[in-house]
Amino acid sequence: MDKEKRNTNYNVYVESKIPKTKAWPSLFKAFFLGGLICAIGQGFFDLYSYLFPNLAESEVTTCMLMSIIFLTCLLTGIGIYDVIGAWGGAGSVIPITGFSNSISSPAIEFKKEGIIYGICVKMFTIAGPVIVCGVVGSIICGVIGLFI
Amino acid sequence: MISVWDYVISFLVGGFICFLGQILVIRTKITTARILVLFLIIGMILEVFNVYAPFKEFAKAGASVPIIGFGASLARGAIMATKEYGVIGIFTGGLTATAGGISMAIFASFIFALIFSSKSKRGGH
Amino acid sequence: MQTIVLKNGAYIRAGYSIVGPLEGKGPLKDYFDYILKDDTFKEKTFEKSERKMFKNILTGAIEKAGLNIDDVEFFFGGDLLNQIVSSSYTARELGLPFVGLYSACATMAESLALASIFISNGLAKNVVAGTCTHFSSAERQYRFPLELGNQRPPTSQWTITGGGASIVSNVKSNVKVVAVTFGKVVDYGINDVNNMGAAMAPAACDTIMTHLQNVKRSPRDYDFIATGDLGKLGSEILIDLMEYNKMTLGKNYSDCGCMMYDKTERVFMGGSGAGCSASIFNSYLLKKLQSGEFKRVLLVSTGALMSTTTSQQGDTIPGIAHAVELEYVGDDVKIDNKKKWDSVKVKQLAKAGVKE
Repeated sequence: MDKEKRNTNYNVYVESKIPKTKAWPSLFKAFFLGGLICAIGQGFFDLYSYLFPNLAESEVTTCMLMSIIFLTCLLTGIGIYDVIGAWGGAGSVIPITGFSNSISSPAIEFKKEGIIYGICVKMFTIAGPVIVCGVVGSIICGVIGLFI
Repeated sequence: MISVWDYVISFLVGGFICFLGQILVIRTKITTARILVLFLIIGMILEVFNVYAPFKEFAKAGASVPIIGFGASLARGAIMATKEYGVIGIFTGGLTATAGGISMAIFASFIFALIFSSKSKRGGH
Repeated sequence: MQTIVLKNGAYIRAGYSIVGPLEGKGPLKDYFDYILKDDTFKEKTFEKSERKMFKNILTGAIEKAGLNIDDVEFFFGGDLLNQIVSSSYTARELGLPFVGLYSACATMAESLALASIFISNGLAKNVVAGTCTHFSSAERQYRFPLELGNQRPPTSQWTITGGGASIVSNVKSNVKVVAVTFGKVVDYGINDVNNMGAAMAPAACDTIMTHLQNVKRSPRDYDFIATGDLGKLGSEILIDLMEYNKMTLGKNYSDCGCMMYDKTERVFMGGSGAGCSASIFNSYLLKKLQSGEFKRVLLVSTGALMSTTTSQQGDTIPGIAHAVELEYVGDDVKIDNKKKWDSVKVKQLAKAGVKE
């Protein structure tokens, strides 16, 4: 039996051996946590609309996102967010909190390598693709905007 | 004008988006960075096709808190700036619209990195 | 031949193990020599804690054997950090002649095997072989930052905090190294870094089969066969692979990764890391051998030889396994370390800054 065939067979066999975990609990947790974070966001939104009635809706939204981002960084710093993330899975990643956590966690982790080469360099090891794809994507959208 | 409905719909829609994300996590072993990028791009596409605005009107924070909202603002910023300032707007629009979030993420991460150190995991889930 | 049968005796004079707090709650907690209360070990970085732990393991083993640092001629060892810094920095601290080894998580068996060959051929009188890993330093090097809120896939394993070292000596004691087998690098095309057990199982199977054929024994002849860190899934796969090769691993087989923890749901498939087989061999297995409860033991440490670069470039994960066969050789010889050991232990604890 040639190697490639052996490897394919082995991979198929291993795949069949992997214990199937129940999907529903984790799906429910992701749903609950994601929903909760969004509801908290709505709370901030209402709070800022009440406090600063002169702001436009988009500005209030920005304030709300900034508050959530700040809180996430704080929770990451005191070592709680990784526990929340391990519980809620995608529910902690897809809200803006996931973006925030993916910037603050390497910053905190690589502090020991110094401020420049640790915090500043490693800050975007995980969130870098989001910024890059975001910028490139927005430029493409801008080009599309020229024609519509 | 605080209405309970806003919270309910935020919870349900935001939760549903994360639910879809979790299905991807379970099925495809996708990593954090890839999920973020994927949903960011979905947000951009929704904005380009003018679907995001009515969606946000309906779902409130359920649409703006997920990273979809971030992608949509990037796209909307670029499109609006292009309309207003011409070609230069292609490059300035996206980041201008999202500057608040990105600046806060970088600033808060930097400050907290100076204050806190990482802790060992106690055994995950 | 792949298997080297040691004609002259190489004896294990003493073994010493340290594990972290999580491992110290496991089923083998009574066997470890020292359990950390705080896994930073009062150091600023996790890399420094790993080094301090390694240093304490080596000095602990040397003192437990009733030797001085100067009596030890070579230090065989390695670890998982880049450029095996933990081992070399520890060697610098202790001033031991250092043979740095790397077989990922199979380093314990590799160093023990080489040490035994040295002794058996009369090249040295006393050598120390050991390795050590730390969960947090491995995590930040191989995976993600500790504070990132990600979920681990169900097939992932938990790098243990801990390690162990053995003193191999030409002075007769009741545990003898009989034969060693250096394994081939085996790759069955697994490229999921979260499923190391499956990547290493074929290597373990290959090494065990070769070893058994060369020493002309069957799995039944052993009181205990221990693989390094295949985890729950990996050891099931190994049993299947052995079955496929018409060899049955019975109740005398277990995996160190599975033995380490109580609640497997917290660590998924079980423990992994070079320290996994090192700490369990130098505590549980060695004590059982010394008491004569186990007459013959086969230690098969397993390692996955990839790096973060190769796995990001999509390469598959090669596995390796080394085997060391040990034998209980009777009651007539016993080194009386016990008395000296008690006083040494107090000194050790004081040095580590721990009051009992």
